[in-house]
Amino acid sequence: MIDIHSVSKSFVTRDADPVHALNLVSLEIYDNEFFTLLGPSGCGKTTLLRLIAGFEAPSSGAIRIAGNDVAALPPQKRPVNTVFQSYALFPHMSVAENVAFGLEMQKAPRSLIDERVREALAMVRLEGFAARRPAQLSGGQQQRVAVARALAPKPSVLLLDEPLSALDLKLRKGMQSELKRLQRETGITFVLVTHDQEEALAMSDRIAVMRSGDVLQVGTPRDIYDNPQDRFVADFIGESNLLPGATLGRDPAKTIVVRPEHIVVSPASDGTKGHATGAVSAITFLGSDTLYEVVLEEGAKLHSRSRGGAALSTGDRVVVDWARHLERELAN
Amino acid sequence: MGPTRTWLLIAPAMLVIGIFMVLPLFLAVAYSFMTANPYGGVTAPATFDAYLQFLYQRDFDDSLVFSPSYALIILRSIYLAIATTIICLVLGLPVAWYIVCQTPERRRILLFAVTLPFWINTLIRTYCWILILRDEGLANGALRHAGIISDPLPLLYNDGSILLGLVYTFLPFMVLPIYSTLERIDPRLIEAAHDLYAGRAAVFRRIVWPLARPGALAGATLVFAPALGSFLAPDLLGGGKKLLIGSLIQMQFTSSRNWPFGAALSTVVTVVVLTVFVIRSRKAQEDLR
Repeated sequence: MIDIHSVSKSFVTRDADPVHALNLVSLEIYDNEFFTLLGPSGCGKTTLLRLIAGFEAPSSGAIRIAGNDVAALPPQKRPVNTVFQSYALFPHMSVAENVAFGLEMQKAPRSLIDERVREALAMVRLEGFAARRPAQLSGGQQQRVAVARALAPKPSVLLLDEPLSALDLKLRKGMQSELKRLQRETGITFVLVTHDQEEALAMSDRIAVMRSGDVLQVGTPRDIYDNPQDRFVADFIGESNLLPGATLGRDPAKTIVVRPEHIVVSPASDGTKGHATGAVSAITFLGSDTLYEVVLEEGAKLHSRSRGGAALSTGDRVVVDWARHLERELAN
Repeated sequence: MGPTRTWLLIAPAMLVIGIFMVLPLFLAVAYSFMTANPYGGVTAPATFDAYLQFLYQRDFDDSLVFSPSYALIILRSIYLAIATTIICLVLGLPVAWYIVCQTPERRRILLFAVTLPFWINTLIRTYCWILILRDEGLANGALRHAGIISDPLPLLYNDGSILLGLVYTFLPFMVLPIYSTLERIDPRLIEAAHDLYAGRAAVFRRIVWPLARPGALAGATLVFAPALGSFLAPDLLGGGKKLLIGSLIQMQFTSSRNWPFGAALSTVVTVVVLTVFVIRSRKAQEDLR
């Protein structure tokens, strides 16, 4: 659906060298998929989204949408609609007028516009709100109007720029499944930008992890979680223990990545063997799980997360163990 | 807080409004119902003569004859004030939009440029237009040098030069309020409209103009009210051949020494402006709804 080919973008600033927001990024986003650009702020994810929407032009490289090079097309000529982080609802128009705007600009007949507006508002469950002004709605409702407005013209691609960041946690969880449902129902390709890795894992078919203008890894949530190919990815997605190879008596040029839930901690007095020994330095009770912080004899610190867990207390000498196939070895 | 303290706290504001706004207005209305003192000022008794004079002339036999000349002056003044307002709007909107689109630093410079004329006396600035527009002036000289004309164009002392002077004087009052409303428009709204297939013209018509309208209305009243009562540009650039209401009022208080008639004319102008204000605020409320 979207083919991003060796795209770079730099911004010229007055006082310093140009800022490189994107360095030769290549990505392919498929039909009907929920694709997420994930990374910390300043990683270039929003810039990439704005390039797809047409608000900015790439410094070099090509973007194709449905096979067509869109370099020369302004935003109003691209089959792409955006849900803005701030929603950007038109304050002087009613909810229905906001949702109808795109179709009106496409010169759709009135009867079709009315039908699609009703459809779109039903899709986001705001049937009774057509006559309201955006200012009369809660944040969550405004957000859904923004989604309805962007979906009403039935674009090939829906771009979502941190759409949930302004909502409180409970609303955010609800909207996550709501957006996922909308994507499945409409069959439209969704491209989401977020810095929230949990959100990305929960919603996406595939994720591209980005950092300082580079795409580090692209894959399904499970793939990225289980097989991080980069220290940054391993650290950013979920929780990870990044252990220097030397502390485990292995190649010092490598870092061993182990997820906390894969580490078994048992008392040294049991006589079990493991990858390392150490002492429990902190215990955090998390309800269903217990989190143990262990300081290894070689100095490194690691976290283990276990269900129920052995009866350990702070200061106990322990053995840490995990199945070798669950760890990943990365170059430093 | 007791009622006494409340009154004490708002007393300074009431005093300022009372002395500088209510009292002069009240005096003007009161004077308009008095009799003229030939040495200036007013005397008793109270009459409606000033208002009668507005539409009628007293004949030799003291009978009243309808005479529209003063009413025509008012109509012409209103017409010129409306024309000034419309031209200021048409010129001011693109200027304000252009400034908003610049970097913050250039905006500051351009806004300063818009307010620059305020630093120079209006009388001097209006005289400068005479230097530019007269037969031997800059404009005709340049056109003659360029070989476009051989005889000077009559640029001065007509409605066109009055309009030019009024527009020049009041344009900043249109640009600044429009600028302040345009500046508050979230640029994302314009991006969102483009994203939803709106071209430049549609973005202006459907997004920018509706959101800028309160500023344009404020600018329109700020231009219309003083343009209606202005006498500098009409006197100097119009040559004083055809009177406008501002000059007429000014004359009543100086050479004609007919204060009640001047006060009556002022009251009529105030009523016209107030009517415009009321219509405007009604419309603004409709916009909000």
